Amino acid sequence: MSRIGPTFAALQAQHKKALIPFITAGDPEPAFTVLLMHALVAGGADIIELGVPFSDPMADGPTIQRASERALAHKVGLRDVLGMVKAFRAGNAATPVVLMGYANPIEHMGYEAFAQAAGAAGVDGVLIVDIPPEESPGVADVFAAHGLDPIYLLSPTTPEARMDAVARLARGFVYYVSLKGVTGAAHLNLEEVAQKIPLLRKHCGLPVGVGFGIRDADTARAIAGLADAVVVGSRVIQEIENSPREKIAENVTALMAALRKGVDAA
Amino acid sequence: MNLNDLPDARGHFGPYGGIFVAETLMSALEELKREYLAAKGDPDFMAEFCHELKHYVGRPSPVYHARRLSAHYGGAQIYLKREDLNHTGAHKINNTIGQALLARRMGKKRVIAETGAGQHGVASATVAARYGMECVVYMGAEDVQRQAPNVFRMKLLGATVVPVSSGSKTLKDALNEAMRDWVTNVESTFYILGTAAGPHPYPMLVRDFQCVIGEECLTQMPELIGRQPDCVVACVGGGSNAIGIFHPYIPHEQVRLIGVEAGGEGIASGRHAAPLSAGTPGVLHGFRSYLMQDENGQVIETHSISAGLDYPGVGPEHSYLKDSGRAEYVAINDDEALRAFHDLCRFEGIIPALESSHALAYAAKLAPTLGEDKVVLVNLSGRGDKDINTVAKLAGITL
Repeated sequence: MSRIGPTFAALQAQHKKALIPFITAGDPEPAFTVLLMHALVAGGADIIELGVPFSDPMADGPTIQRASERALAHKVGLRDVLGMVKAFRAGNAATPVVLMGYANPIEHMGYEAFAQAAGAAGVDGVLIVDIPPEESPGVADVFAAHGLDPIYLLSPTTPEARMDAVARLARGFVYYVSLKGVTGAAHLNLEEVAQKIPLLRKHCGLPVGVGFGIRDADTARAIAGLADAVVVGSRVIQEIENSPREKIAENVTALMAALRKGVDAA
Repeated sequence: MNLNDLPDARGHFGPYGGIFVAETLMSALEELKREYLAAKGDPDFMAEFCHELKHYVGRPSPVYHARRLSAHYGGAQIYLKREDLNHTGAHKINNTIGQALLARRMGKKRVIAETGAGQHGVASATVAARYGMECVVYMGAEDVQRQAPNVFRMKLLGATVVPVSSGSKTLKDALNEAMRDWVTNVESTFYILGTAAGPHPYPMLVRDFQCVIGEECLTQMPELIGRQPDCVVACVGGGSNAIGIFHPYIPHEQVRLIGVEAGGEGIASGRHAAPLSAGTPGVLHGFRSYLMQDENGQVIETHSISAGLDYPGVGPEHSYLKDSGRAEYVAINDDEALRAFHDLCRFEGIIPALESSHALAYAAKLAPTLGEDKVVLVNLSGRGDKDINTVAKLAGITL
C-alpha cells in the first residue's frame, strides 16, 4: 500500500504541511543517491520525489537538465533507480517515495513490469510528466493494482473540466505547477497560486502539492500557507551541484532544515 | 479502418501519435486543434493559403522527367516532383505558410520554431517577415556551426537564432528547447513545428498543409504519362515531405509508397538515423512512434550526412503506414546518397539537397529492377545549395 495517504493524514492531524524535495537519481553519481535520500529525511523531508533521468527532459529547466545529464553519464537506468529505492527502504520504511520522470523509460520497460518492480522496490507514487490523463486511463489502473499512486500535474492553464478528469484518476496528491514555464523558473506569482488553489480543491479532494519556482524559506512559507505540500527541486539540485563532494549530504540536510522552518512557520 | 481517415479525434494513428506533453501545454494544443479545424472549414482561409502557395511560393511545382538519369540507371523512368523550385528552396515553406496564417488567425504575434539544417528555420523566418511577426528559432549549437549560411539567412530575415547547448546539441535538443519556450510563453506564442511529428494536432495539420505536393502529382502524372506512377519515393526524417506526397496516394493501392531513411554509416554500424528500419516504438516530443533508443529507453544520438534527416524519431503516421504495410521503408547510407547527389548534378543539371539525395539513391537501386515501362516518382524535396560546404569538405576542398 502507498504510504502517501497515511503520511498526509498524519501531518494534517498535527496541522503541518508536507515538504517534498526532488533529486535526480544518480546525480552527481549513483553512489550518492541513497545517502542523499536519508540526508533529505534527516533535514525534515516528508516525501521524496526521485527523478528518473531522461535524455530529453522537455519540461525541465537547465538545472534539472544538468542533473539528468550527470546521471546519464553514469548510464543510470530505470532498473538502477528502482535498486536505489530498494536500498533506501533497507534504512527507511516510512518515508514515501514518488518517482518522477518521462514516459519513455517506463514505456520501454512496459507499464505492468514497471509497476510490479516499483511496487516491490518500495515506491509509493509515480508522476510521469508527459502522460496526461487522456493517454493513461489504463496506466492509472495498472499502477493502483501494485499499490502505486498515480500523481498528476495541474497547471495555470488547466480548465475546470479537465480538473475533474484528472481528479477521477489521481491518487495520493495532485501536483499543481505554480507557473507557466519549466522547472527552476524564477517568476512565481503567489497571488495567482492563491486564486487557483480553492478552485482545485473544489474539483479534487486530494491534498494539493505546489511546485516550480520555490527556492527559499520565504517562498516555502508562502506556499505552505496555501497548499498541503511544498515541492522543491531545482534549488536542491543547485545545492548538490555547488557543494564539494564530502559536504553534499550535510549541505542538503541544512537546506532541508531551512525550508522546513519556512514550511512550519506558515 | 480507412487509412485516409486517420488520425482519430485524439490524434492516434493506431497505437501511434497521441498527446504526450506536460499539463501546461494541453489547453494550448486543444485550442490549436479547435482553431485549425475551424480554419480548414473556412473557405476564406483555404483560399488565402492557396493564393499564397501560388503567388508567393510559386506553386504548382513542376514534375520533371529525368530522361538522362533514367537512361544512366536503366530500367524504370524516373520523374522528379520539383519541390526544390519552391521559394526558400524546399517543401518546408508549404507548412510554414499554413501555420503562420493560423497564427495570425489566432492573434499570435510571436512565432517560434526548431531547426536542424536550418531549412525549416529559414522557412519560418521567411513567413514571419512576410506576415510581420516576431520570430525566434532554436537550433542546436552543433548545427549553428555546421550551417552558418542558413543562420545568416535567418538573421537577414529578422529572426533571432538561439543556439541550444543541452544534450546532443542537435535537432532533438532544439525541439526540446522550443517546447520549453512554448510552455513559458504559451499565451502569446505560436509554435511552428517543422515536421509531421510532435503532439496532436501537429502531425495532422503539417500533413494537411504538405498534401499539396501529392495532390498536384495526382493531376500532373496523368497529364504527363496518362496514368499514376508505379512507385512514389521520398526521404523520411521527421517525414513531412514524404507524408505530403504519400497521403493523397494512399487510396491508390496500385501505387507503391517507399520511404527512405538515413542509413548513415550503415544500419549495422549503429551510426544512422533510421528509426523505422532499426528502432522500436517509444514516446518522445509529445507522441508515440518508432524511436531510436537504448536498453534503458534513453534516446540515442543519430548520425547522417544530411542534417535534415538527423532525428531519432519519425512522424506517427509513417509508423502506422509501416505496420499496416501500405508503405515500405528502407535505408540509404551516406555514401550512396552522396553518389546520387553527384549523379543528379551531372546528368540533369540539378543540385539536390542531401536529404532528397537519399530518395534519389533508392530510386537508383529500384529503377534497374523494374521494366522501362514502369515509372518511379521521386519527391525532390529541396535544393542542395545549402549542402555545398558539406560536399566540398568531404572532397577535401575548402570553399
